[in-house]
Amino acid sequence: MSILVVMEQRAVQGPPAWSRMSWETLAAGQQLAGELQQPVSAAVLGQGIESLASELTEKKLDRVYSVEHDLLKDYTPDTYTDAVRQLMEKTQASIVIFPHTYQVRDFLPKLATALGRVAVSDVVAHRIEDGKLVLVRQLFQGKLNVDVRFTGDPPYLASLQAGAYRADRIEAGSAAVEKFAPQITPSRNKPLDLFREAQRAVDLTAAEIIVSVGRGIKEADNIPIVQKLADALGAELAASRPICDSGWLPMERQVGSSGQTVAPKMYMAVGISGAIQHLVGMKGSKIIVAINKDANAPIFEVADYGIVGDLFQVVPALVEEIKKAKA
Amino acid sequence: MKIIVCIKQVPARDSQLRVASSGAWIQDADLSYEINEPDAYALEEGLQLKEKHGGEVVVLCAGPARAAQTIREALAKGADRAIHIEEEDLGAFDPLCAARLLAAALGPEKPDLVLTGLQSDDLGYGQTGVILAELLGLPHATIIMQVEKQDGSIRVKRELEDGWFQHVEMPLPALLTIQSGINKLRYATLMGIKKAKNKEIRAVTASGLGVSSAAPSIQLSRVYLPGRSKQTQLFDGPPKEAAAKLVEKLKFEARVI
Repeated sequence: MSILVVMEQRAVQGPPAWSRMSWETLAAGQQLAGELQQPVSAAVLGQGIESLASELTEKKLDRVYSVEHDLLKDYTPDTYTDAVRQLMEKTQASIVIFPHTYQVRDFLPKLATALGRVAVSDVVAHRIEDGKLVLVRQLFQGKLNVDVRFTGDPPYLASLQAGAYRADRIEAGSAAVEKFAPQITPSRNKPLDLFREAQRAVDLTAAEIIVSVGRGIKEADNIPIVQKLADALGAELAASRPICDSGWLPMERQVGSSGQTVAPKMYMAVGISGAIQHLVGMKGSKIIVAINKDANAPIFEVADYGIVGDLFQVVPALVEEIKKAKA
Repeated sequence: MKIIVCIKQVPARDSQLRVASSGAWIQDADLSYEINEPDAYALEEGLQLKEKHGGEVVVLCAGPARAAQTIREALAKGADRAIHIEEEDLGAFDPLCAARLLAAALGPEKPDLVLTGLQSDDLGYGQTGVILAELLGLPHATIIMQVEKQDGSIRVKRELEDGWFQHVEMPLPALLTIQSGINKLRYATLMGIKKAKNKEIRAVTASGLGVSSAAPSIQLSRVYLPGRSKQTQLFDGPPKEAAAKLVEKLKFEARVI
């Protein structure tokens, strides 16, 4: 019985570098190890990863697995599934955890299926009941939570949501590196160039106040309503993904996992329910204000101040009051 | 090109959700339902690919009898025919069992391309497409924002974090999970709605496909409202009053105005 943390690195610009969420997963692995009285090891996959592996040797771990292969240089679901599967066979780990990144979302279900298992994706918390692991994940875009239990035999696989565990809780220690060379064949997928779209003209990260709009605004013609609020506050206007998808505001104004991550002095979310993909992009804001007609909307879980009500009535009233307060 | 699009019917986005007294799921009797949003984009992508390259779009949906409404809407938008895996208690199927259902129904169709939404708005595992690819032995790519057909292969644009993208080339047949926003959704035309009435919906069952929900790997044991991580100060009353109270707090307590 042991725990394995599969870390993630990416070579987007320059040499391989950690995906920051991996540290949160490592902290979770150490926590589980303590609770279940099991050893925990960590693995890093790729090519040219010596320095990353040696960084892990300074953590409280049973072992560090450095899984190196030329075919792991560029990520593909086929090669990464093969490599992790072979590492799991070797280590016989009973719990294997991953950060819930776009890359993990791409291969973890494949790996689990190859093992005849189901991975529990996007876990936000856990507890131990009668020595058994209970995982908590979200349903309906964060409106509800659900407890999930594994019913079959290990190995148990799970991916952890960004921000669910704290990287600053990692315990230092020392661990030895063990190199592991998997047998892998070239992928059917041919990964090509990594790129960003045209330069961002709007840097939302520099804004002190952001007014952000979501589906609640209903149609493009209503955008000026929130623009007026942004103007009154001297704020940048931003949006949740669906608004940009619909072309009501340009993509460069999108906040969330696929857009920009912001942490302004004040973030005012108007008509945004607060799906996790949005929350990860703004929950570091100092003051969060939510205006939404649904009192159970997940945005209120992170809000400091809120008004439950119809934005079409609340926002114009707010503009008036802000003007008065600033006068 | 023969394209199969997997769609799911989910509770409408603005549904007021209440936990059932059993605590095992939500009260679903009075909800209204709609197509899972990313699946709507997958369907649109399938229709656009067919319009460009010819072929057929087949819609595949597992769900209870009420899902027929969502299937008809997909046919009205232009899908050629549909397969409905009629299963009243889909909740008993874990993601692997659910994907086995889809795999059993679509395998014999020998599609060139299988499209799914990247995740469902209800359970949100974000796994069905990838599991399905593995069960069918197909290469896959996820969170796709662009699809270009080439000779015997496709070139896709994968979305990554922080505004990054990657192009990936892969042979056909393949499976893609589609991201919302990849295209612009169409509305069904009156003509489309009329035509849909005569399109084939083939009904199959889980037992007919030889797939059971027995021996799941995971079990959902309790559904509940999440706790709040912060104490939210809520202001109520008429909009003007609530707005005045909020602005006062923002000015004198939070000092951001």
